[in-house]
Amino acid sequence: MSDDTPGPVEIIDTPIKLVYRFMPGRAASRFLRGIEQGKILGQRCPSCRKVYVPPRGACAACGVATDEEVQLGDKGTVTTFCVVNVPFYGQKIEIPYVSATILLDGADIGLMHLIQEVAATDVHMGMRVEAVWCDPADRKPTLESILHFRPTGEPDAPFDSYREYV
Amino acid sequence: MREVAVVSFAQSASVRAEDTRNEVEILMPVVHEAIERSGIGRKEIGFTMSGSCDYLAGAPFAFVSGLDAVGAWPPIRESHVEMDGAWAMYEAWVRLQHGDIDSALVYAFGKSSLGDLPDVLVLQLDPYYVAPLWPDAVSIAALQARAWLDAGHTEEEMAGVAARSRKAAMANPMAQVKGDHAVSDLMREPYLVSPLRRHDCPPISDGAAAVVLAAGDLARRVCERPAWIRGIDHRIEAHSLGVRDLATSASTRLAAERAGVDGAIDVAELHAPFSHQEPILREALGLGDGVDVNPSGGALSANVMMAAGLTRVGEAAERVIDGRAGRAVAHATSGPCLQQNLVCVLDGGVAA
Repeated sequence: MSDDTPGPVEIIDTPIKLVYRFMPGRAASRFLRGIEQGKILGQRCPSCRKVYVPPRGACAACGVATDEEVQLGDKGTVTTFCVVNVPFYGQKIEIPYVSATILLDGADIGLMHLIQEVAATDVHMGMRVEAVWCDPADRKPTLESILHFRPTGEPDAPFDSYREYV
Repeated sequence: MREVAVVSFAQSASVRAEDTRNEVEILMPVVHEAIERSGIGRKEIGFTMSGSCDYLAGAPFAFVSGLDAVGAWPPIRESHVEMDGAWAMYEAWVRLQHGDIDSALVYAFGKSSLGDLPDVLVLQLDPYYVAPLWPDAVSIAALQARAWLDAGHTEEEMAGVAARSRKAAMANPMAQVKGDHAVSDLMREPYLVSPLRRHDCPPISDGAAAVVLAAGDLARRVCERPAWIRGIDHRIEAHSLGVRDLATSASTRLAAERAGVDGAIDVAELHAPFSHQEPILREALGLGDGVDVNPSGGALSANVMMAAGLTRVGEAAERVIDGRAGRAVAHATSGPCLQQNLVCVLDGGVAA
């Protein structure tokens, strides 16, 4: 092979762009509209009575539709959490910060959100927290309408109250 | 081979766009109905199998959410194919051959309204030489229609298939496109992508379908006249359209031979999304003029991606179960221009 023979092609560009509509479904639409109004709406399974939030219209364990709507408060308990120390592209918050699973009072499934207004080292399992909402005028049908959760100052929830959800 | 039968079928009404329900909300009532009709308890179902395509929703692992409709706790035996539900049924049939379980739920769903389906389907083409040209699915089908016409057929034959399908669909409450049209009227319609007119193309549909399979004595116990799967086979052709004879279907012919398609067939449900594909399939299957083809209206009347093939199985099985058919053939296709084909023979009588 002479030196001027081009080498094998290793990369070609074949751009793909497909545009999709987001369609959350009836249950999640109710939830997102609730968030817009500062309300957290879940759904109760008619079979196992567990309350899902965000609701998906179905109890994944029982395989039945969840028609009963339940309004939840915006206080809950940290069941587990992690401290994020790794910077990444598009990051909006300063590290270190805490991402946590919060069991809202009355719910049977944890909701992921941020814990702020407290040092990362002070966040712990059982910590009682409450939602900090953005200004009502800025609320949109997205969980970002809750800016973060912060400690309520209440005594910690006993482990037995959330052990099933850890 | 272990005797396995289709004992129940359910489907949603096909619609152009489900505007409020997500996939699980469409699927759940269909799954519940199929299980209820089967007479087998949900917890007694031995295996759960599904077919869907994440590209339709544009979300990775979208298929996992389908399990919300089933109730997968305590953990169940389950699998999924990124294919039409007819292939999911094939896998369930194979699973039942193991002999340790006696029933299987098979479901499929598709919500094409979330994206632009003719473009989404481009991604099933060769990614280096074909897909970058973005030939949409209707144009690809038109290439096949042209090859078939040039082999000695006419556009009137295509319009005839469309007219018969839409008329048959008038008796199918789940169909999306129906009506009584004269072939001469259809022939006056303008081309959509020559030589295809709108009626030669399937509707874009949202929906879901499910069947329950049962083996041997369980099938006989829960169903007066099970639709026994007497033969099932699927074959695939080359990916490159240029190396195939698009005017015939070698893979369907071979699958039909292996599945045991014979002169006793009285009903055929063929997954032919484009009108010219029905005569190609008829010929490959060796179906005579006496066979009632697509009494449901077929894929020209309702074409839920990933469920339309399973729906053919269900429509054929339902006719065997209720006695309208003695021996039926169900066909499903996947890929561009009938690339891959599954053939299934269903019979209500005892094994020969």
